[in-house]
Amino acid sequence: MRTETIDALTAYARANPDVMLLTADLGYSVLERFAEALPAQYANVGVCEQAMAGIAAGLALSGRRVVLYSIANFPTLRCLEQLRNDVCHHDLPVTVIAVGGGLAYGAQGYTHHGVEDLGIMAMLPNMAVACPADPLEAMALLPQLLERRRPAYLRLGRAGEPALHQAGAEIALGRAIWMRRGADIALLATGPILGRALRAADALAARGVSASVASFHTFSPLDAALVREAASSHRAVLTIEEHSVEGGFGSRVAEALLMAGQAPRFGKFGVTDALRGRIGSQSWLLDTLGSVEDHAQALL
Amino acid sequence: MASMLKAVNQVSPPLDERSKYLRRLIVRALDKGERGHIGSSMSLVEILRALYDDVLRFRPVEPKWPDRDRMILSKGHGCITLYVMLADKGFIPVETLDTFCHRDSILGGHPESNKIPGVEASTGALGHGLSIGVGMALAARMQKRDSRVFVVMGDGEINEGSVWEAALSAGKHKLSNLIAIVDYNKIQSAGPTREIQDLEPLLDKWRAFGFAAIDVDGHDLPQLRAALQSAPLERDRPTAIICHTVKGKGIPFAEHDPNWHHKAKVAPDVIAKMYAALE
Repeated sequence: MRTETIDALTAYARANPDVMLLTADLGYSVLERFAEALPAQYANVGVCEQAMAGIAAGLALSGRRVVLYSIANFPTLRCLEQLRNDVCHHDLPVTVIAVGGGLAYGAQGYTHHGVEDLGIMAMLPNMAVACPADPLEAMALLPQLLERRRPAYLRLGRAGEPALHQAGAEIALGRAIWMRRGADIALLATGPILGRALRAADALAARGVSASVASFHTFSPLDAALVREAASSHRAVLTIEEHSVEGGFGSRVAEALLMAGQAPRFGKFGVTDALRGRIGSQSWLLDTLGSVEDHAQALL
Repeated sequence: MASMLKAVNQVSPPLDERSKYLRRLIVRALDKGERGHIGSSMSLVEILRALYDDVLRFRPVEPKWPDRDRMILSKGHGCITLYVMLADKGFIPVETLDTFCHRDSILGGHPESNKIPGVEASTGALGHGLSIGVGMALAARMQKRDSRVFVVMGDGEINEGSVWEAALSAGKHKLSNLIAIVDYNKIQSAGPTREIQDLEPLLDKWRAFGFAAIDVDGHDLPQLRAALQSAPLERDRPTAIICHTVKGKGIPFAEHDPNWHHKAKVAPDVIAKMYAALE
């Protein structure tokens, strides 16, 4: 997902010389292709995330569109106030790309787990937040975020995420996508954990449960219409995210349901505090949360 | 440690009529707004006066003129002085100063660039302005504009680590079009900088980060003008100008006093004494 996104960015920036890429000294072996193709539009500002966000604001105030690149919490939480005041309050065309979102850096430990980023970024004014599930969503969303010319956050996994969509799928910022349709329970997922939701739907089918699955590649603004549709056509709704269940995707969906006066059986699958500080691979850490299908069946 | 000696024994020229007039406008906003960072605004008057009278290139009728110089008041709490200069230059009507901190005014306790013509960036949280200035200076270079970017910081403000992140970048990129200015009034929010977070040797710090740095008497207009107009002081280096100032300058009972960092609801008789000191 990471490589495809940088390729998409390189192509976009080649056609749009006002687009610059700044990194806080991360992206080794990933950003070289951009740096070599467009050296005048690239800068490594060093391990200075606060300055990077401020410099981006200054460049944007002078007519540039700026993309920031780093890992998980570093271009988001480390420079939160610069993003809030300098980028979002000024409503500037700055797009933050974080790689290693969620538990992608599993064995590196809690400092490298980006599990509060989506909720926190979505709370900032003027900010669009995208959390693509596969390379196709990432490549489709990046230019849409850049065209918006406003603050944006793009959370990526790492490398090697499988394609979950067919080539040519229509992927529009702000519009969630039904991946499969069933009758009993709606599994609403954001990010690469969508793959786990799709496998859970297969497992549920084998148990005689018919599940729908939707991809919420846009975390904010939330596609509330699809949330309402899911609630009105299923007995239960389960949200699935690689992010804290406190103030994350599940919380936003629950709020949308309550605002619409809908009360299906509802559950949240995601990162809990029990995971904090645990060491292991991404997939093992997610396994410790239990299976999506068991969470789903418990709701029915 | 020469600069510290200058701080203690500084003998600036007496304030001329224009400096007193600008300070009376500050008192007017303080009075009408019933609050304000008075000490931090008074120390800043000659710095902004020199910039706006003699140095900056700008067009009040066209605030977004691309070829303008940029001035970022990174110490946003000193904004009354900025508002006074913007009013004096015709960016906003002088009467607008009377609405300082009023309901729905464009003039809040920290400056908002989306509300006030001539304000380049909304500031107030400390340590943000120099990075924004680095970005603007880089953009000017890329766009082949000869605009200069001036960033005015407080001495307490430069406790913030983000200032030094930005300074590293400015030095690395040899941003000769960037001028960092420190309003070194020696008193931060809770007391003397020397006690709370000593900055000395301050010139050496900026030089170590790749700046050409000098210090001047921040109330001496010929010194200020000479320094600001001659920037960049060296080819291929950003400039740092450390301005030795007096917190509360011009109001004898407020000078050097941390209690006057910010004041609310100043009594009418005290306001009268402030005006009297500025006659």
